[in-house]
Amino acid sequence: MIRLQDVRRVFHQGRPDELVAVDGVSLHIEGAKVTVLRGPSGSGKTSLLALVGCMARPTSGRIHVGDREVTSLPEHFLAEVRRRTFGFVFQQFHLVRGLTALENVMLPAYPLGGSRKALVIRAQGLLDRFGVGSRSRARADWLSGGEAQRVAIARALVNDPQVIVADEPTAHLDSKLSAGFMDLVAALRDEGRTVVIASHDPIVHDSTVVDRVVTMRDGRIVGEEP
Amino acid sequence: MKRLHIPTWLERQRYLLDFTLSSLGRRKGKNLALTALYAMVVFGLASVLMYTQALRGEAMRILEGAPDVVVQRMVAGRHDLIPADRVERLSRIRGVQEARGRLWGYYYDASAKANLTFLVPEKFWGKAGEVVIGEGVARTRLAAPGEPFPVLASDGSVVILKVRETVPSPSELVSTDLVLLSEPDFRRLFGVPPDLYTDIALTVPNEKEVPMVAAKIRGQMPDSRPITRAEIARTYEAILDWRSGLVVLVLAAALLSFGIVAWDKASGLSADERREIGILKAIGWDTSEVLAVKAWEGAVISLSAFLVGLLLAYVHVFVTSAPLLTPVLKGWSTLYPSFRLTPTLNPFLVSTLFLLTVVPYTVATVVPAWRAATTDPDAVMRS
Ligand SMILES: Nc1ncnc2c1ncn2[C@@H]1O[C@H](COP(=O)(O)OP(=O)(O)OP(=O)(O)O)[C@@H](O)[C@H]1O
Ligand SMILES: [Mg+2]
Repeated sequence: MIRLQDVRRVFHQGRPDELVAVDGVSLHIEGAKVTVLRGPSGSGKTSLLALVGCMARPTSGRIHVGDREVTSLPEHFLAEVRRRTFGFVFQQFHLVRGLTALENVMLPAYPLGGSRKALVIRAQGLLDRFGVGSRSRARADWLSGGEAQRVAIARALVNDPQVIVADEPTAHLDSKLSAGFMDLVAALRDEGRTVVIASHDPIVHDSTVVDRVVTMRDGRIVGEEP
Repeated sequence: MKRLHIPTWLERQRYLLDFTLSSLGRRKGKNLALTALYAMVVFGLASVLMYTQALRGEAMRILEGAPDVVVQRMVAGRHDLIPADRVERLSRIRGVQEARGRLWGYYYDASAKANLTFLVPEKFWGKAGEVVIGEGVARTRLAAPGEPFPVLASDGSVVILKVRETVPSPSELVSTDLVLLSEPDFRRLFGVPPDLYTDIALTVPNEKEVPMVAAKIRGQMPDSRPITRAEIARTYEAILDWRSGLVVLVLAAALLSFGIVAWDKASGLSADERREIGILKAIGWDTSEVLAVKAWEGAVISLSAFLVGLLLAYVHVFVTSAPLLTPVLKGWSTLYPSFRLTPTLNPFLVSTLFLLTVVPYTVATVVPAWRAATTDPDAVMRS
């Protein structure tokens, strides 16, 4: 599904504070599987996730999404790939303040056009599915952590993406909610979606839902299981 | 190539506009204050431009009725009464079809605190002892037809005339302070002997002969000053242009400083706005869509400010007779105490104002967002 070949991501290249966040990673992320990136803080998980999700371009190396080479795509096409292929769940959820939960879920679909009525129905359906349907008119800043996360997941799914990318999705949740999140992940995978999660939460990588755990350190892959 | 699909494009713009409106709603206080400030600047500029335009229109209407040449006598550099025998001499100059002695003068009406223009028309249709007054006079003096019209004569006596009727006129600027009366009444009131006139009006049918006629008059009567209609027109223009130029300059400075404030506000995108742009990009928005939202934002604010400002200016100038501008712009305000301008809306003026206000503001909103919108969206993952 997604193939990385000798990918590097260097910040402040050529300057004294140059930092190699991702250092020659080659990885094949299979479709319809749950892959977890783990490793200590600063090991490059978020940086790698950003590359996988086409949010940033690698300093060197190649990335294929499906059979498309995305490293050399111009920004406009990258945005297109981002919104059609990926759904993102961020650590801080990053809902837009002041907008309602429903509007937040609809946001990724705006650039695609399409009927508004259909979009509202789809967004409301997703909120219902994740048990926050009754909060659809609530402003994002008034949601609890668990609600905000479920709204964020609904938003990630509104364009029906093949791949879900989540960065530390359980960092703000208690054990029960975290376990609940992994059940959602299982459901998404069973629908045939690919899920990539960066996390150092044991609840995540010990979950039976996870197909593969990739361990990182200093920007490199130091272990894969199975 | 990016293919343009019109229905999708329209739907997308609608979504983006919806998003813009709800964004604006979220920062209601700030945006309302900005729009109000902006509307005030537009109001000022539009008021001056509309007002001078309308005054110019009035002036041109006055000129249409003005004689081709007016001859005045000058004594020690001042306008003096002109001997009646010159009417005959002037009418004999080649090119002059007709010469007519005119009687007119100003009268300060202490009770109404206004200057009135007393004028003997070519053919006064009233009887001796009667006056016909302009609407403005009727307003300030509260005089209606049939009522007495007391005037303080030059010898100190009070002469009571009677209002015959009031006259409307195409241009209020002309008629408003006008008092028409018969020749004997005029001479009696102002103590003008029968062999003198205020000035002499000439009819010169061929416009091309006017300069020649004027030159001849200067030659034959060295103490007289011929004033042609073209000269009057130029004077009006000069006065109006100079005064409005001054005010426009001041307002342009205001606009500029507003522009700087706006630029500052827009370029110093708040952390919140920056974060929002990051989120939008991360969830799949393209730079162009983020910029489109910013453009809509600028357009909505500046367009509403433009329309509100324009509407207020229209009301200010044509409904309330520009009370905020009269002290500066109407040099003749003592002469013409109050008048209502004929409403006009010049499309050129409106489009100039539009280009001067809406376009720069929208650009000022979009350009600073550019930088925020072109950064890699992964930055948002680390905040
Ligand atoms: N934009 C940036 N500029 C400079 N350095 C950066 C930038 N982004 C990340 N880094 C650095 O790259 C390294 C890897 O960061 P990254 O966020 O990918 O690690 P992580 O594994 O996600 O850590 P955590 O578990 O704390 O989230 C860190 O040392 C970080 O400071
Ligand atoms: Mg991280």
